Amino acid sequence: MAARTRLASPVAAPARFQRRLVTPEGLDLRLTLASAGERATAYLLDLLIMLGALVILGLLVLAAGLGSGEGNRDVVLIIGLLGWFFLRNGYFVLFELSSRAATPGKRALGLRVVARDGGRLTTEAVFVRNAMREIEVFLPLGVLGMSLAAGDAVDGVMVILGLLWSGAFLLFPLFNRDRLRVGDLVAGTWVVRSPRVALLPDLAQDASRVLPRFAFTAEQSGAYGVKELSILEEVLRRRDPRAMAAVAGRIRARIAFSQPSGETDQAFLEAFYAALRARLEHRLLFGHRRADKFDKA
Amino acid sequence: MSGPELRSHRFRLEREADWRRLEALLAKAERDRASALTEDELIALPLLYRAAVSSLSVARATSLDSGLIGYLEALTTRAYFFVYGARTRLRDRLARFFRVDWPAAVRSLWRETAISTLILIVAAFVGYVLVAQDADWYGSIMPAEMTQGRDPTAPTAFLKSIIYDAHDKQHLSAFATFLFTHNAQIAILAFALGFAFCAPTALLVAQNGLSLGALMALYASRGLGWPLGGWLVIHGATEMFATILAGAAGFRIGWAVMFPGDRSRLDALADAGRTSGAAMGGVIVMLVVAGLLEGFGRQLIQIDAVRWAIGGATLTVWLAYFYLPRRSFG
Repeated sequence: MAARTRLASPVAAPARFQRRLVTPEGLDLRLTLASAGERATAYLLDLLIMLGALVILGLLVLAAGLGSGEGNRDVVLIIGLLGWFFLRNGYFVLFELSSRAATPGKRALGLRVVARDGGRLTTEAVFVRNAMREIEVFLPLGVLGMSLAAGDAVDGVMVILGLLWSGAFLLFPLFNRDRLRVGDLVAGTWVVRSPRVALLPDLAQDASRVLPRFAFTAEQSGAYGVKELSILEEVLRRRDPRAMAAVAGRIRARIAFSQPSGETDQAFLEAFYAALRARLEHRLLFGHRRADKFDKA
Repeated sequence: MSGPELRSHRFRLEREADWRRLEALLAKAERDRASALTEDELIALPLLYRAAVSSLSVARATSLDSGLIGYLEALTTRAYFFVYGARTRLRDRLARFFRVDWPAAVRSLWRETAISTLILIVAAFVGYVLVAQDADWYGSIMPAEMTQGRDPTAPTAFLKSIIYDAHDKQHLSAFATFLFTHNAQIAILAFALGFAFCAPTALLVAQNGLSLGALMALYASRGLGWPLGGWLVIHGATEMFATILAGAAGFRIGWAVMFPGDRSRLDALADAGRTSGAAMGGVIVMLVVAGLLEGFGRQLIQIDAVRWAIGGATLTVWLAYFYLPRRSFG
């Protein structure tokens, strides 16, 4: 899980899910929208947590010996009614009002709720986006529950209508380019990725140790562009021997480089990474950003 | 190679300590609360944030280490939301909600509130006239689970007993809780349904009005109009007002969907959502009050005039709170 998040570099995120958010300092943060799969996973996690909380609440009530006795029935009823009400309406609102602006499910997936205009996330917006869950999820669920409890043949129609209704709302995020839920639509919010990313060691750090052993010509170290460099970076960070061998072979073939005896593929790749990055960054300072190996710039 | 190290690597070595410090401060602030930071840390955080912003600009322009850029983007984004996000305490937020946001939202919904009220009154009138002319209408208007034996065939004594029956006093708190959670859920539903072009919201409000009128007609035909009024108004002044406001908030949303004006539909909807959201938060508060009045007040107070007086007083308080002109609040 952690490894996957670390390797998910911003370069890898498809541009159609990237959104501008310009800070007052004039910097575009380039937010990435959460995918539908991440949203669904986060929601399921939250539902599981809510279910767990209900079970624990029930066990606590039982453990406190409130389950029996005539006078205690009211207490149990009140705890149950209020507990479910606050869980159903308060869980999402309170967590999204906190400084992380995310429920535990969203936190686990590195997501957060953001106002679409880039401003502050207001209390009203959080309230509205979660009040809308009432028609998206709980209303059709309630209808389904009632039909199932009644158990009539006529209610088959109701079940189908309920499924259609909730299906339309549940799939709503897939039918707009901003992956908005109906609640997001009304509240003016969207959900973006804001993961905690660890600072990885710089691969060029060891370059001074490895590079002198490989003599790349200027032509050889300029054979690729930025896109290939970031793929090379990912391969080096993964340290999968088979992938490294395959990539090293292809690079050597392209630049017609003969491997010095006694050198490993990894050392070759590290040295070539440093040489390529030095070359591309040097060109970058002069305003030339070579996108990939087909770029003639 | 121009030197022993890449420029972008030297850049990283120079700035890395500041990034680490910002990361540690953010982790601390997010884990605990903003108040967990010392004064020095609070002053340092925006400075470190701006340093990170500058680092990210430089890194994007000069570095091709995508691991580094990814780290800086994530760090700057987290810091941005902390530095520019709402850091007011919950207590201040609540105070502002009750002093400013809620009444202001209700006032700005005045047109929708008027329409919602009109629907309720007309529906109540229709319900009353229908049942008064032909008692058979009662069964079609009132949902079966709501009548609880209160129908045209019931003897007058039974109808009267419902108004004054104190149930048994033990169950009052459970009763109040049930009323509150049930009504609040209906109100949230009425609001959320406004999204579907207002129609379901209007139906829900009208349904409320119809049953009200039907019940009034039934009791009035037995000469119990005044006591029933007291039985209803003690909590109904608050509850019906809340229902009307929930309907009004729903109408605002539906209206923005249908007629966004010269803005895009998305912008109009987000704007309507903000206003009506504040009003809806208040509706939940009103329903807590209504639940308490219905669960306790109505059962413990048996005198019609007192019930009427309490109902009238609560209505006056709500109207004054929402609509009395006041100084603007910073």
